[in-house]
Amino acid sequence: MEKLFKQINQTIMAELRDGEFLGLGFGGEQSTFTRINAAKVRQIGNVDEADLGFNLIFNGRRTTGSISLSGDLDEDLSRARGELERLRSEVVQLPEDPYLVLPESKETSHNEKHGNLPDAETIPEILLPAMGDVDLTGIWASGRVFQGNANSSGGYHWFASDSFSLDYSLITPSEKMVKATYAGTEWDQVAYEAFLADSITKLELMSLEPKKIEPGDYRTFIASAGVSDILSMFSWGGVSEAAIRQSESCLGKMRNENVKLSSLFSFSEDFSSGFAPQFNGNGEVAPEKTILIDGGELSNTLISTRTAKEYGVESNFASEGESMRAPSMAAGSLKESDILATLGTGVYLSNLHYLNWSDMIGGRITGMTRYACFWVEAGKIVAPIENMRFDDSIYSFLGENLEVVTEKLQINPDVGTYDGRELSAIVCPGILLKSFSLTL
Amino acid sequence: MDLHQILSGIDVRADWIGLRYVKENTGFRLVRDGKPEANTRESKQGVMVEVLVNGQFAYYGTSRLDKPGIQAAAERAVMLATAASKYSLHSFGVEARPVAKGNYSSPFQTAADAFSPGELSELLIKATAELKVSDKVVTTNAMARTVETESHFVASNGSDVEQNYLMVSADYSAIAHEGSVTQKRTDGGLLAKSYQAGMEVFNEADVLARCRNIGAEAVELLTAEECPTGTMDLILAPDQMMLQIHESVGHALEIDRILGDERNYAGWSFVRLEDFGKLQYGSPLMNITFDPYVENQFASYAYDDGGLKAEKEFLIKDGLLIRGLGGMESQLRSGINGVANFRASSWNRAPIDRMANLNLEPGNSTQDEMIASVEKGVFMTSNRSWSIDDYRNKFQFGCEYGKLIENGKLTKTVKNPNYRAISNPFWRSLKMLGNKDTFEVYGTPFCGKGEPNQIIRVGHASPLCLFDSVEIFGGA
Repeated sequence: MEKLFKQINQTIMAELRDGEFLGLGFGGEQSTFTRINAAKVRQIGNVDEADLGFNLIFNGRRTTGSISLSGDLDEDLSRARGELERLRSEVVQLPEDPYLVLPESKETSHNEKHGNLPDAETIPEILLPAMGDVDLTGIWASGRVFQGNANSSGGYHWFASDSFSLDYSLITPSEKMVKATYAGTEWDQVAYEAFLADSITKLELMSLEPKKIEPGDYRTFIASAGVSDILSMFSWGGVSEAAIRQSESCLGKMRNENVKLSSLFSFSEDFSSGFAPQFNGNGEVAPEKTILIDGGELSNTLISTRTAKEYGVESNFASEGESMRAPSMAAGSLKESDILATLGTGVYLSNLHYLNWSDMIGGRITGMTRYACFWVEAGKIVAPIENMRFDDSIYSFLGENLEVVTEKLQINPDVGTYDGRELSAIVCPGILLKSFSLTL
Repeated sequence: MDLHQILSGIDVRADWIGLRYVKENTGFRLVRDGKPEANTRESKQGVMVEVLVNGQFAYYGTSRLDKPGIQAAAERAVMLATAASKYSLHSFGVEARPVAKGNYSSPFQTAADAFSPGELSELLIKATAELKVSDKVVTTNAMARTVETESHFVASNGSDVEQNYLMVSADYSAIAHEGSVTQKRTDGGLLAKSYQAGMEVFNEADVLARCRNIGAEAVELLTAEECPTGTMDLILAPDQMMLQIHESVGHALEIDRILGDERNYAGWSFVRLEDFGKLQYGSPLMNITFDPYVENQFASYAYDDGGLKAEKEFLIKDGLLIRGLGGMESQLRSGINGVANFRASSWNRAPIDRMANLNLEPGNSTQDEMIASVEKGVFMTSNRSWSIDDYRNKFQFGCEYGKLIENGKLTKTVKNPNYRAISNPFWRSLKMLGNKDTFEVYGTPFCGKGEPNQIIRVGHASPLCLFDSVEIFGGA
């Protein structure tokens, strides 16, 4: 794939005319998906696709586009030339863009991660027998994901990674569920079967008679997977500098009214884990780590070069949408073995579901509890709880009600596949809250 | 490309083979505060090759469109189907892919190329100027999205279906700010005005008039009282009913969810297979239809991606659940009557059960009669927040704009209106239903579901609805 990208890049860049600036982005995947229901194959298939994105700037104007690539160089060069001509005819008709960013980055990088993945046709055989009689529903995804970027100033980046993930739910006959993800780059059959067996053991806890709790405020522990859902919300009306400037951010209060979160809460964009490429769509390379919230205070935001130009601030080479690509929350002091005892009496939430801002500007999030969530009394799990709706403000549960953070960080891989297989992961601990509002 | 010729040349051993070619151009233009933010076009094309071997379907989606590429894809799909057939959840026969022959073209008056990029940009710039009705409006956005789709499906059983679409979505929004209060108003919710239509949607006089109103309402909300808290009557406008139908009816009735396919992602359903024909889903006023032929509605079509012909069907009749949202595969697995809704988001995804046009049929009440019947309540319009549990039971939704209803009259404007309830009791509390004059058609490009994930377009239409004794509350 890189050979194809390089050849298209060299040819198209050589055909640019005076005054034209061009950025090219390459994205693709060769993936195998196996959808599983009741530990049987529901759907199975492969997707083999690649796209080429264009960012053309001419005479203070900008237009972008993308095309599907076939993998055949002659055909793809023909498509690429056609797209460039279309963009040329469009760009002269557009209004001037005062905030456009020329693709001037000359940086280069090359990062290929090769793994050991099972052959596609062996996947049912290696996955399903180990499931036995358990009711397992989920998705297997494996294969190679590609990202590339080049520009007319000579910048060039390439990132390719092999990976697999089995994201699944185990379900009891009474419909209680446990969620887990087995992911990596080197397939290990023994390790997979041990991981699955451990999940099945956890499912046994769910066979206890469930407890229905009433709406109210509860001492609550939210495990890392649930915290990762909360942190994801900061990519939508959160840490974006443009969103704050345009009054569309939950963090506006921190910027404009000097409101603080708990000193226990620190949050960064941190590429050191290596899951996601450090370069953005303009080929700009972000710092390895940018601390966004430091001890409860807003210290930085994600700033794209476009936003930097508009508001006269310094870019930290965020993506154009200023969403998080490598979210990471700092660990605290609570040992894993002390979680239940420190919680005492309250609710233990392993996962959350379907979060949304119920009042973005006020920082209020609503969502559901899901999967292995328990009622805990005097430090002991008593029963799984019926799923509850929560509705609470980050200024409360990540503010004065954040009691302690676990010392263990967990990696929560993003198994999303809307725009192709995601490459990122959220690294975060669990959090213990003095109070959390369950409403329905 | 000649799909028939390619299909006839494919040499694999399969009980059925289908090719679905899709080419889709999605244009998007966004102007913020009079300046261009985005002018982009995404052009995607590829072929989904599906095979049936030993009762197991398998697929290979490829962007390689030549004969050798598709032959290789078919061979790989056969290999996967064979390997998986030892572990099939359900053993399908060829009846899962009915023979389909026909075509569909979406209606439009003005073609996509009737507006040049410059002309459309100019209109959006004017729109942002109209949205800024005062200095309190701090951010304005105007966006236009056009989608041109060609799809061609051929199969070894003789199926041959061509469907072509032109779809247009638009939205205009204003954010107003004063002191510590910020309020946003859109044109009925983000891209809720999504239609199978042409560029006639961008009638300048209409667009600019709507923008002035949106800007004025954003400013009005700055000084509005907080929505009251309490249990009271709730009138929902059709642009919020779109979301209400989608989340608390549509997803709950998807048969693949009921069969458990989505339990690891979108979730299950409170509806069970044995509920069909028995469950009183809502009040007798509630009639829900799957209607693929509403003029200009966003998800109209003639055949689904499995080849099933699309027909209008009642899913809920007089409040009683009678039919599910399931294509042929789900109907064969469940034995429940379904509809032609086996759909894929594009060439690179396999079809699953999706909503298409799912509508609440109008009743007999006028808007005035409905408001006059309310002693104390809130009218809410334009969705801004949505969340529901994995069984489609406990939901909480928020709107942009509310009006108090006191003693049968609309009185004060209220900000941050929200409500929460549980699906079945909520629909059973539907006590008045607006007539045809209150019926409005909406759609959204953004329905997410499936593993691997798929975003697909859906349409929803509804009259004004009055619900009894709902838990209502305001903002932070």
